[in-house]
Amino acid sequence: MNAALQGSLLAPFAGALLVLLVPEKLKARITLVVSLVTAGLALGVVREVMRDGVVHERAGGWGAPLGIDLAADGLSAIHLLMTAVVGLLLSLYAFYYFRSYDDGRKARARSLFWPFWLMLWGSMHALFLSGDLFNLYVVLELIGLAAIGLVILTGSREVLGAGMRYLMVAMAGSMSYLLGVVLLYGMYGTLDLGSLNALAEANPLTRAACVVMTVGLLMKTAVFPLHFWLPPAHASATAPVSALLSALVVKGSFYILLRLWFGVFADVVTPAMGWLLGAMGAGAILWGSYQALRQARLKMLIAHSTVAQLGYLMFLFPIVAGAMDAGGAYQLEAAKGTVYHVLSHALAKASLFLSAGLVMTAAGSDRLRDMRGLAERLPLTIFTMALAGVSLMGLPPSGGFIAKWLIAHAVLGSGQWWWIVFVVGGGLLTAGYMFLMLRSAFLERQDGDPDLPGRVSPAMEYAALALALAGVLIGIRAAGLLDIMMIGNPFGFTGGGL
Amino acid sequence: MDSLILYSLAGILLFCTGLYGVFFIAHLLKRLMAMNIMAAGVFLILIVIARRNAEAFPDPVPHAMLLTGIVVAVSATAFACAIARRYVDITGRTGVDEEDAS
Repeated sequence: MNAALQGSLLAPFAGALLVLLVPEKLKARITLVVSLVTAGLALGVVREVMRDGVVHERAGGWGAPLGIDLAADGLSAIHLLMTAVVGLLLSLYAFYYFRSYDDGRKARARSLFWPFWLMLWGSMHALFLSGDLFNLYVVLELIGLAAIGLVILTGSREVLGAGMRYLMVAMAGSMSYLLGVVLLYGMYGTLDLGSLNALAEANPLTRAACVVMTVGLLMKTAVFPLHFWLPPAHASATAPVSALLSALVVKGSFYILLRLWFGVFADVVTPAMGWLLGAMGAGAILWGSYQALRQARLKMLIAHSTVAQLGYLMFLFPIVAGAMDAGGAYQLEAAKGTVYHVLSHALAKASLFLSAGLVMTAAGSDRLRDMRGLAERLPLTIFTMALAGVSLMGLPPSGGFIAKWLIAHAVLGSGQWWWIVFVVGGGLLTAGYMFLMLRSAFLERQDGDPDLPGRVSPAMEYAALALALAGVLIGIRAAGLLDIMMIGNPFGFTGGGL
Repeated sequence: MDSLILYSLAGILLFCTGLYGVFFIAHLLKRLMAMNIMAAGVFLILIVIARRNAEAFPDPVPHAMLLTGIVVAVSATAFACAIARRYVDITGRTGVDEEDAS
């Protein structure tokens, strides 16, 4: 039995139940303690993976095919690490953020935030540790329900509409995924990812399973043009929830997509399918950035930026499906860059949304023009936003730079140079909306501007700053993280020597 | 074998019908029903797959998956009903309009 692995699942779920039961004034503190334990156990799993390589666990002593196998390799470890860093700082931020939510409907929103958040955290861990297709389906649903519960916390008309739209897409997406699981089970008689990797053949039915599963997961990842539900949901939720959704939740379904395209479907995908996904990514960058540039509200701008940044994750697929003769070197490079983008976007975007929460508290609104003069009032927060912007734009030495450099290099090397237009152009567009976002903060306040009413807690500012700093730091310490990612060879490519 | 194909096709037809409803019907309750029709399509295929080898006993694994799937679908539907109810109470409308999105 592996204590860290099982504990990292047990702690957040048990914590979620506990937080439901305890009196109101203890909820926040207990969540903070559970967060510390959960993040610690996740780091324990990461350490084991670094020490022993791939970790396998038969939950309850039952192995596949009867039981549910848990497994952690380098890719799982990187995602666990990301969730631990974002989760811990987010819990700290939420601890102070929800202090002002102390009457009526707001108090209820606050008391429900804690159990939903721990449930979401536990589900994310379950996702990264699952080695079983059906288990992944259940986890996808858990993540979806927890995320929607978090979106609709405040119960206003706006969030209910956004939550409803999100729910429909999430359910349709998981049903589509489940249909693919059923088809695969019908053909190969197993749900275990490891066994399926060896069994899968390139026949029409497997290809059909690949299509429905990919489409379902793309819906949940909000890849253009299936992104329409994301901006209202991410922008209307409370600040900590927006950060969770953009940083972690959309990456969950993308993680399954990675596992499938590099595992079961590695020999099934055709260049045309890869191309289509690449084109969707290009569309996401253009459309998301264009929308971000014309938003008048800060959180809508950041939410559309998520749509754009998710586009970068798609260039991996045409390279994987289209450049088989390159010996795997460019596929590997693209995969590394893409996962690095997942990581750096999670840190930068969480930081931006948390900062947006501070801006809203200080300025009383999230309209960009109400941000005038904030650079004097909240210098640390505005600095944090600029720092997160550096990583999103992909400027050295940030994590975003490493990610985009690897993707760009793989795109050029594999001969599909045309994607570079979008990789570079997307960076310029990001610079554009980052400028728009920060510009108003540096303008002078004018007569007739409303007072800046709210005060913010320094701990919240430091939490957002720590996330932005982490986003830059992972660019400086990239080699170590990339080594962890490659433990257990999760992408099935060994590089040039194939 | 023929009946297996027939049931599978029926399942896929149900799935597509539901998918259309989820995306193109405005009324919330109808969309929820469409979601459940989608699920019913997948579940039907699961039942078919349990008998795919024409052995004396059907394969129990798809049945277990089916039960789990039903539990998930019921909980999700209940959750969605609660949200839809509150939404209708607050807005007095039965559909989520595009004007909310912008």
